[in-house]
Amino acid sequence: MFGNKMKDTEETGCSSADVVTIIQPDSGWKIINFKELNDYRDLFYFLTWRDIKALYAQTVLGFSWAIIQPLVQIVIFTVIFGKVAELPTEGIPYILFSSVAVIPWTYMSQALTLSSQSLLQGSNILGKIYFPRIIFPITPILAKLVDFGISLFIVLCIMLYYRVSPTWNLLLFPILVVMMMAVPLGIGLWLSSLAIRFRDIKQAMPFFIQMLMYTAPIVYSASSIPEGYRLLYSLNPLVGVIEGFRACLLGTPIPWLYIWPGALTAVLLVISGAVYFKRMERIIVDVI
Amino acid sequence: MDNRNLAIKIENISKCYRIGLKETIQDNLFNTVVNFIKNPLKNYRVYRSLYNFDDVNPDQDTNPPDVIWAVKNVSFEVREGEIIGIIGSNGAGKSTLLKILSKITYPTSGQVTIRGRISSLLEVGTGFHPELTGRENVYLNGTILGMRKKEIDRKFDEIVDFSGVEKFIDTPVKRYSSGMKVRLAFAVAAHLEPEILIIDEVLAVGDARFQQKCLDKMKEVGQHGRTVLFVSHNMPAVTRLCSRSILLDGGRVQQDGPTHEVITTYMNSDKCSKAERRWPNVMEAPGDEVVRLCGVRVRTQDGLVSDVADISQPVRIEIEYEVLQPGYVLRIYYHVINEEGIEAFLPLDNDMAWRQKPRPMGRYVSTSVIPGNLLSEGRYFIGPTIGTENPSVKRLKVNDVVAFHVIDSMDGNGARGDSVGHIPGVVRPLLKWETQFSPKAAHAEKTEV
Repeated sequence: MFGNKMKDTEETGCSSADVVTIIQPDSGWKIINFKELNDYRDLFYFLTWRDIKALYAQTVLGFSWAIIQPLVQIVIFTVIFGKVAELPTEGIPYILFSSVAVIPWTYMSQALTLSSQSLLQGSNILGKIYFPRIIFPITPILAKLVDFGISLFIVLCIMLYYRVSPTWNLLLFPILVVMMMAVPLGIGLWLSSLAIRFRDIKQAMPFFIQMLMYTAPIVYSASSIPEGYRLLYSLNPLVGVIEGFRACLLGTPIPWLYIWPGALTAVLLVISGAVYFKRMERIIVDVI
Repeated sequence: MDNRNLAIKIENISKCYRIGLKETIQDNLFNTVVNFIKNPLKNYRVYRSLYNFDDVNPDQDTNPPDVIWAVKNVSFEVREGEIIGIIGSNGAGKSTLLKILSKITYPTSGQVTIRGRISSLLEVGTGFHPELTGRENVYLNGTILGMRKKEIDRKFDEIVDFSGVEKFIDTPVKRYSSGMKVRLAFAVAAHLEPEILIIDEVLAVGDARFQQKCLDKMKEVGQHGRTVLFVSHNMPAVTRLCSRSILLDGGRVQQDGPTHEVITTYMNSDKCSKAERRWPNVMEAPGDEVVRLCGVRVRTQDGLVSDVADISQPVRIEIEYEVLQPGYVLRIYYHVINEEGIEAFLPLDNDMAWRQKPRPMGRYVSTSVIPGNLLSEGRYFIGPTIGTENPSVKRLKVNDVVAFHVIDSMDGNGARGDSVGHIPGVVRPLLKWETQFSPKAAHAEKTEV
């Protein structure tokens, strides 16, 4: 008979014959089974690779698209908002001002879109094989980092051209990247499991992304927001990430007042998203 | 009782689905749109309720009308190293049970305890991406199935060798033929080394040689002390591989015991005995763009479609099919399987008129006659297969589509003579018996001389 009845855990000893799995209608208390995720870490790697390769397969320009897309957007923003609308940028050249914001924004919007569609897209795999479902919404968050890295290179070139010298603010960069990943992850966890039950999510996604773009200080500066609304505004985690990127790369004062509330929202999004995902995980296959 | 360790213990597993309430039918597009706009709240409630099972209970008969039990109060145990066949007609709950065991879906109630790493092959090639090369897909598919990269590295050459697609391993899979894809996918799956393997009908793919390779591999898996759960409609394969089988019917375990007994019960249930099967709509019939099956019939000597034949009378098997693309040489044969799942024989079309002859488009009926005094009593199932030569492809294969019952009228002229009891054997030919007799006296004289 079975030695013990721990949920989804192993008995002592390394042989996989000792792995005891218990399948029950109700799920355990654990929100994310990190041990299991670790067992599947190679899958992350290959799924990420698949996403990257499939995206640029059979295109003439191949990987250059990862550079062209943000580059075109930077140019458009610079011409329209910088030259035509002449939005105030606190003395920073507009191209520099917008490019440091476009890079994290492109990452977040793309990762968010892919992540929220991930379960629907993978529905044919979902019904045939088990692996931790949470891998689906997480994969785009990792895959898009490659594009992010490439487009970061463009920004560095522009910075070099304008002779922006690095400051100690750069130390904040890794923290901002984590925060930048947390935002689409949290929203992606929510939306991907919601999209399974309500296909309305897919229809609403383009508006949602557009709305997000205008709520974030990408084409304009956060300082143009009226004083009274700043606290409310700072709750949008995108504001902290984007203003943080500006400070970090361009050496302007670090906007802690935007970063702290934004980070708090991001953490709340990820935790609540993971809880909701966990609740929905078991019905995904039946509802899809 | 068997003292091997338990590998799987299933306790009162039930799973139900809500089919959703009927949609109100609108007679025109305008009303449909209006209705859709008017009812977002109602839609929300309906979609929400689809996964709410607080009001159902497998032990009660009074359940809401829109609830369907795919699996109901199923319990059984599997010991380490057992190879178990799971059989049943379509909709019996086989696939749902396997999906619960492989953690794809969760039970509504009950508990399953599994000891050891479990892998399922519900369909080979899951997660294959057409843009990736064969090599990349081996790694992607392998990790999806739960292998580690290191493990795949170690087995990579073996996998490629098994699949037989070495030459194209760095070509995107979208350029592969469907056969190559299946072979590569099965090769990956076959090199998993779980303690428990769940297999659902994957053997229905590939050409005959590859199928044999797969069966051999499965046997090998079994001999290494692994536990295998095998779901199939292919009764001979179940008989060959599994010593114990479980028959599901309507989501419940109907019988659990030695394979030949369980298969006999299944084969004799009225679910699969019919003297004729027709597919009136050619496009929905089994087959592909080259040839499709239109019907299969059993006729007795007097020309009637009947599922009962006397043991001494011949039986005509008619296979009707339509050739949709001209120019192929067809290979037609059928399986004759008895109620224990044993393949009695395999008649192949040897009509000289069409041998090696490309066929023009049109309808064909291929008839063969099973002579009288050949099969023994019992029920026989016919499973026709049609393939083409050049390329050698199996175009259609249907298991157990029609059945007939051979009865012995016991009129004293048959092979059983005057015996009335059970006579074993798949065949019961009427042999010519001769008896030589020498009277005892004559015999004695001879020895004395």
